[in-house]
Amino acid sequence: MSSAIRIKNGKVYDPLNGIDGEIKEICVQDGKIVDSIPDDSPCIDAHGMVVLPGGVDIHCHIAGHKVNLARKFQPESKRHDVSPRVNELRSGTGGSVPSTFTTGYRYATLGYTTAMEAAVPPLGARHTIEELHDTPVIDKGFYILLANNVCLNQLLEKGRMAEFKEAVAWWLNAAKGYGVKLVNPGGDEPWKGNRNSNVHNLDEQIRGFDLTPRKIIKALIDTTNDLGLPHPAHIHCNNLGHSGNYTTTIETMKTAEGRRVHITHIQFHSYGGEVGKNPTSKAKEISDFINNNPNVSADVGQVMFGDATIMTGDAPLTWQLRNMTNKKWINADTECESGCGILPFSYQEHIYTHALQWAIGLELFLMAKDPWRMVLSTDHPNGGSFMNYPKLIRLLMDKQFRKEQAALANQKAINSTSLLDLEREMSMYEIAIISRAAPAKLLGLDNKGHLGVGGDADITLYDDQEDKEAMFNAARYVIKGGRFFIKDYEFCSDYQGRILHVEPEYDRAITQKIKPFFEDYYTIQFENYSIDDSYVHDGEVVPTKSLS
Amino acid sequence: MSGSSKVIENAICTFCGCVCDDIELTVDSGGKHITQAKNACVLGKAWFLEHKVEDFPVALIDGKEASLEEAVDAAAEVFVNAKFPTIYGLSDTTCEAQKQAVAIADYLNGNIDTTTSVCHGPTGMAFQGVGESTASLGEIKNRADFVMYWGGNPAEAHPRHFERYAVNPKSPWMPNGKEDRTIAMVDIRPTQSSMIADIFLQIKPGSDFELLWAMRALVKGRALDRSVEERTGISLDRLEALVQQMKDCQFGVLFFGMGLTMTRGRHFNVGALLQLVTDLNDFTHFVSMPTRGHGNVTGADNVVAWQTGYNFGVNFNRGYPRFNPGEFTTADVLGRGEADALCVIASDPGSNFSAKAIEHIKSIPVITLDPKPTVTSQHAKVAFTTATYGINVPGTVYRMDNVPLSLRPAFDSPFPSDEKVLRAIKERICELRGITPNHKPAA
Ligand code: SF4
Ligand SMILES: [Zn+2]
Repeated sequence: MSSAIRIKNGKVYDPLNGIDGEIKEICVQDGKIVDSIPDDSPCIDAHGMVVLPGGVDIHCHIAGHKVNLARKFQPESKRHDVSPRVNELRSGTGGSVPSTFTTGYRYATLGYTTAMEAAVPPLGARHTIEELHDTPVIDKGFYILLANNVCLNQLLEKGRMAEFKEAVAWWLNAAKGYGVKLVNPGGDEPWKGNRNSNVHNLDEQIRGFDLTPRKIIKALIDTTNDLGLPHPAHIHCNNLGHSGNYTTTIETMKTAEGRRVHITHIQFHSYGGEVGKNPTSKAKEISDFINNNPNVSADVGQVMFGDATIMTGDAPLTWQLRNMTNKKWINADTECESGCGILPFSYQEHIYTHALQWAIGLELFLMAKDPWRMVLSTDHPNGGSFMNYPKLIRLLMDKQFRKEQAALANQKAINSTSLLDLEREMSMYEIAIISRAAPAKLLGLDNKGHLGVGGDADITLYDDQEDKEAMFNAARYVIKGGRFFIKDYEFCSDYQGRILHVEPEYDRAITQKIKPFFEDYYTIQFENYSIDDSYVHDGEVVPTKSLS
Repeated sequence: MSGSSKVIENAICTFCGCVCDDIELTVDSGGKHITQAKNACVLGKAWFLEHKVEDFPVALIDGKEASLEEAVDAAAEVFVNAKFPTIYGLSDTTCEAQKQAVAIADYLNGNIDTTTSVCHGPTGMAFQGVGESTASLGEIKNRADFVMYWGGNPAEAHPRHFERYAVNPKSPWMPNGKEDRTIAMVDIRPTQSSMIADIFLQIKPGSDFELLWAMRALVKGRALDRSVEERTGISLDRLEALVQQMKDCQFGVLFFGMGLTMTRGRHFNVGALLQLVTDLNDFTHFVSMPTRGHGNVTGADNVVAWQTGYNFGVNFNRGYPRFNPGEFTTADVLGRGEADALCVIASDPGSNFSAKAIEHIKSIPVITLDPKPTVTSQHAKVAFTTATYGINVPGTVYRMDNVPLSLRPAFDSPFPSDEKVLRAIKERICELRGITPNHKPAA
């Protein structure tokens, strides 16, 4: 049976099943993890290796219109970072926004087998899916941007909540999305319609609507919970990057009133200080709130020194950064749905704010009492490329290394945080949580992030090394869906990967309400908007949870 | 089945970059002819109504009829025997076909380029230099109260651009349509388009850059002397008034065409324009957009970019993508006599490239894929007749504003799609080159 694989003698970390470094046998058959396989099945002797579930990235920007703009935009970051063709594995280019094939292969080389594109205007979903088809190996899905959706906001301001919920469900189906993303709720209207301004307060009225950011946030948190989506509302809070924004972040979390919510790249939302002045760290306040509120989860959005690309639906933020750096800049509005800003960026050790951001991210990881709710991300490529994950893991596992790195950064910034007082070193078990088990669980992907029977056979084997950065940089074996992608450090066959999406039920009558809106506001026909099933021929519908 | 005509609603016209998706096609009872194309403009009507399934052979090798299989083998043979195969065209086919073409270039360590290099290549380069502020066309329809066209004649090249996107549409923010907008045109001569403009600036040929730079200075509040009029044909007073209007609008847009990209200054012109628009964002919301010509040239840019990182003029000689316009753009590769095989998809360089390039085309083996014979296909070693995208072939195309749409073909063609032919050639190349899944048996 060529589809069966036995992995023996490896040190297994599988937090969802409570397995912490035991020497344990893992059996694979037909793409799944099984109890046992025939004795004569092919076998990997994983002696000296660590066996982990494939990594799961809960938040990154890897496919779609804005990503492709960022690729075309930065030839300067590609020439020195190429990825040659290897037999049938396609060539590509890197930089902080790699080409599609290179994105898939590089993720897999690190041992990641699932990644979620975090910001797609539904009008661009078709484009995103096209790119995801060309992003090999990994399974993937995407969140659709709904917090600046003119049609939804009109329903909301009129208090038509039942229709609002149906419309959200319709939109997820139409775009083949996995989840609902909020970016700078309410900020598009002042940006597009009022001379590039913004909203700054959750209770401020949004120009042109009888609505506040808080009402949008509340409605989408409730709706995602009510629909039983596998992943709750995924929120990029208002006031990203602004000094003093931690109060907005806490207010946003409070708006959930105990219901499930995910706050993304929370590092960028954990600043004290006054607007216009240098930020300070409020990692403690944010951590305390999350530690005490089990309905809230977050990913960190760690900043890593070096090149990055700012790429976000938060157009006013990018404009502000553009005016600080005076670098080349992209703005791209999507009708009725979203804004977008793109800017090449570089985080530098000696700069106060950058060093502070770096330290705050680490504080957030290390102060989290529950690693299941504070998971790993760099908001790729915003805080830095996903290629930094191995280094980030080492920073979390190796206190000495962390102190050495902190010594190279702006001391005023570092000393204004509690980073140097944090003695915690994460264990391999905890790393397995924040990079595998927890993101899978938060995403509601029951078959991922673990090595229990019935799980997808997405498995990574690393040589057990002292230097965790070196260890996580190059997986020795990567098994995806039961097939080898990397075997003994070498690429094997290419692998397509699946598109994960949801299909919440909705009342078909809602289309009669949405269609007239399209006629007034959109430039494409309503009938040409929904994405045909043929686009996700290799898709997997992740079920919504039964509602109680 | 037969006997009654068929109607296809919300069909998509790929004749120009407007990619209108509201066409209602009527196919006659024989299922081989479109008799009506409601909502289409004169160009779109001609595109649909004049489409016939002709009785061409599916393929020719050295001018002689051949089967599809024979032609695929012959084409793969040409490709694998070449040291510097070049693939060109791609702006009038589906993204699905474009993907196969890039794969072939990758597997051959060849060269790939699209018609972007001869229309908005300078736009791509300027964009790399300074970025852009842009929007989907619906945002312009909804909000733009100041609309400017520079170096283009949409009334004739994109006939429904005014009606659908930028000038006439009413919206909740623009309840009176055109009356709520100011329309400005910049060109070197009056055109059909300039007739509808509220403001027309007839500028001296070749002075685009100077004029744009002068406007940038005014936006930034710098003093200019009156010599700008002598150089550009536009008086300082008019220019000041115009710039003030641009700063005062609520949502401005600046469209630009090949009158800017393909004249003196090229990517400098576009860079100046894109930067002017960025500068205006200090005062108000302002966006820009190239008015792209071919139905899916924007898709070609996108596909080549997501697969390689660069959107045209890409070379794989070293086993990975490199980009250098002027070096890897097809007109240059041919003009220097470098390529030793050429594959052209839905384009006709044999009729519109330089004499030197055409001479070289005639001296090397050429493969063509096109629904109709072309000047280039007359010289082809292997010429495929393919089905027409949008009319016979489904797939994805991108509007000039990067909005993707799925085609709704009207009827089947006896000819294969570009995608099918390219995929078969790719698979044959992989066989010949021994490029196979490196699937080692487990441990
Ligand atoms: S404007 Fe262009 S896309 Fe629209 S109908 Fe005319 S030719 Fe076709
Ligand atoms: Zn993000």
